[in-house]
Amino acid sequence: MGNSLNAWSEALVGFHLLGLPLGLIILAAIPLVFIALYSLTYGVYGERKISAFMQDRLGPMEVGKWGILQTIADILKLIQKEDILPTSADRFLFVIGPGILFVGSFMAYAVLPFSPAFIGASLNVGLYYAIGIVAIEVVGILAAGWGSNNKWSLYGAVRSVAQIVSYEIPAALALLCGAMMAGTLDMQQINVLQSGSYGFAHFYLFHSPIAWLPFLIYFIASLAEVNRAPFDIPEAESELVAGYFTEYSGMKFAVIFLAEYGSMFMVSAIISVVFLGGWNSPLPNLGSLALNTWTNGPVWGAFWMIMKGFFFIFVQMWLRWTLPRLRVDQLMYLCWKVLTPFAFVSFVLTAIWEIYLP
Amino acid sequence: MQELDTVGQGSVRVTRKSDKLVILEKDLATEQMVLAMGPQHPSTHGVLKLECLTDGEVITEAIPCLGYLHRCFEKCCENVDYPAIVPYTDRLDYLSGMNSEFAYAMAVEKLLDLEIPRRVEFIRVLVAELNRIASHLVAIGTYGIDLGAFTPFLFCFRDREIILGLLEWASGARMLYNYIWIGGLANDVPTDFSKRVREFVNYFRPKTVELQNLLTGNEIFLKRTYGIGIMPAEVAINYGWSGPMRRGSGVKWDLRRNDPYSIYPELDFNVAVPDGKNSVIGDCLSRHLVRALEMEESLKIIEQCLDKMPSSEGFNSRSAIPKRIRPKAGEVYSRAENPRGELGFYIESDGKSTKPVRCKARSSCFVNLSAMKDLSKGQLIPDLVAIIGSIDIVLGEVDR
Repeated sequence: MGNSLNAWSEALVGFHLLGLPLGLIILAAIPLVFIALYSLTYGVYGERKISAFMQDRLGPMEVGKWGILQTIADILKLIQKEDILPTSADRFLFVIGPGILFVGSFMAYAVLPFSPAFIGASLNVGLYYAIGIVAIEVVGILAAGWGSNNKWSLYGAVRSVAQIVSYEIPAALALLCGAMMAGTLDMQQINVLQSGSYGFAHFYLFHSPIAWLPFLIYFIASLAEVNRAPFDIPEAESELVAGYFTEYSGMKFAVIFLAEYGSMFMVSAIISVVFLGGWNSPLPNLGSLALNTWTNGPVWGAFWMIMKGFFFIFVQMWLRWTLPRLRVDQLMYLCWKVLTPFAFVSFVLTAIWEIYLP
Repeated sequence: MQELDTVGQGSVRVTRKSDKLVILEKDLATEQMVLAMGPQHPSTHGVLKLECLTDGEVITEAIPCLGYLHRCFEKCCENVDYPAIVPYTDRLDYLSGMNSEFAYAMAVEKLLDLEIPRRVEFIRVLVAELNRIASHLVAIGTYGIDLGAFTPFLFCFRDREIILGLLEWASGARMLYNYIWIGGLANDVPTDFSKRVREFVNYFRPKTVELQNLLTGNEIFLKRTYGIGIMPAEVAINYGWSGPMRRGSGVKWDLRRNDPYSIYPELDFNVAVPDGKNSVIGDCLSRHLVRALEMEESLKIIEQCLDKMPSSEGFNSRSAIPKRIRPKAGEVYSRAENPRGELGFYIESDGKSTKPVRCKARSSCFVNLSAMKDLSKGQLIPDLVAIIGSIDIVLGEVDR
């Protein structure tokens, strides 16, 4: 299976048109298309169903069996909506904001290894790229918030910029702990290093006694980076109406929404790649019961990767529907006085562990 | 609270350290921004508009602008008969219609000097306390939403639904009941009503604990409410605060005890005030805790009502209702403890007409809201939302 898939992709990579590596572009675009479909249909549907489950209600039930087509109906509705451009808005920034947001969240998908045989761009600095590219979202949010020419949007945008820029520091430090454990920044290589016949025991979460600390720090910081509760202050609906996308409607709103769910999956995928083995099966080989060997491979890899991503998305939703929202200053306090020092501590401890206790 | 130096030098940057404001930078040339919060803002509980003068996220002044829901209640009352005012009172505080009706009926009965059958009194207290729980459930649930916790709201509404079902069963309506009439009730409660209410009480007791675990058991919720919007007791009294707001400031003031009416003197319940162990007296958390405690006290009252209620044999809920209501010339002021505080009716009769010459409602929400300017000074926008939520206004009663 893996070989045939590889051969197929090799053939596609060789396809050039007018000097452009068109086959390569198509190949790299496939996960993006998949994730775009996933994030709109299953992400939104899942969020609604999970929140309904937590809140003692049914959620969408009308469109299709168990409301499974609800999101498609919503998309159709959003496409039909009039594209409203507020008269006092800055046209250029208003239009380009959601675009940048979308691009920023989806560019990181290029370096996510979805399977041993499948990665958009196997960069040797993949992890750095993933950390860095998230920052583009800030530009989109600021453009959307400022371009809307609305005070609430401006508040949302300013809060968001402060939040994302601050939380990138503990997030990056925590990911660097993972990079140190692996000794490489190549995402695919990080996964390869975590494979082994003992399954989950090879994951970097269990690599050293302090590996859970960067894992936890990155998870918390990633919530703030993608503006999820309890750190959803940029869009805090009870304070800022809808934050930076107050003025957006129709398809532009849908694009912002898509970017949000895209980011959610992206950080979930990054945390599973760095700390939970990415496409590696968590099942160990038990003597003749070679569970690990059986459940590894290109297709199984994609399965595990997506399941791990789903799991973290579920945790994100779980938190969102349980916790209240932090205040702006409390959010900054948490970042600079709690997470960042602990991230440094875990950084140093991981370094010591890697050098002296192999 | 530290005074903010906002005059002359432009502005100051402040931050919060535990419950004190700390000035970080002075004389930073920034501009103040007028921020119109509402009337379509999601957390102003209806159509309240707050004109805020903000410096960054810090609010230097917030002035409530009212009147978006003004329906000329008092003028309407001058043009209809006494019994026809009852449905209007439902629409004052639409979350606790029974309590408003109760207050109005008592006022007219005081004017008429009517004797009310004992069972009527018990049923009135029973439905009023049920409605108080329903109202506090909305207050607590929406407070959760104001702070970003969505789930408690739906838990609250799930339980409130049962109360609304019970009241609908008794009166035929879910929110605007027109059930408590002058001198009696529209009709007796249904046969199995007591049994169902008892079932509800048994069901709801553990749910209050669950709700409290979800909210006050949450570190973030405590951080958002602890020490925010502190109102000292004397200032609260000077503003004329009543209900859970005044009790939240540590004043043991409950009209059911301080100015007893109906059968409340016979019932055993506590006036809930914060003990100051978990919260700063007078802050948002205290007010929230008072509401939570009051729900339990209301459950106690309901159980006692069910135990002590006279039987329905030979009972006619309309027996004491006068055929024609034309009070002697005079005036009366009667007040009752509503979920949001003291709701008073001042009614003046000229002795000739079947319509009141003047009917004034003293709204608790309006009075509680008047302290907004003091409370909001120097707070952050998220804290302003927390403060509005803790005041628990119903704009129907503020604007009347």
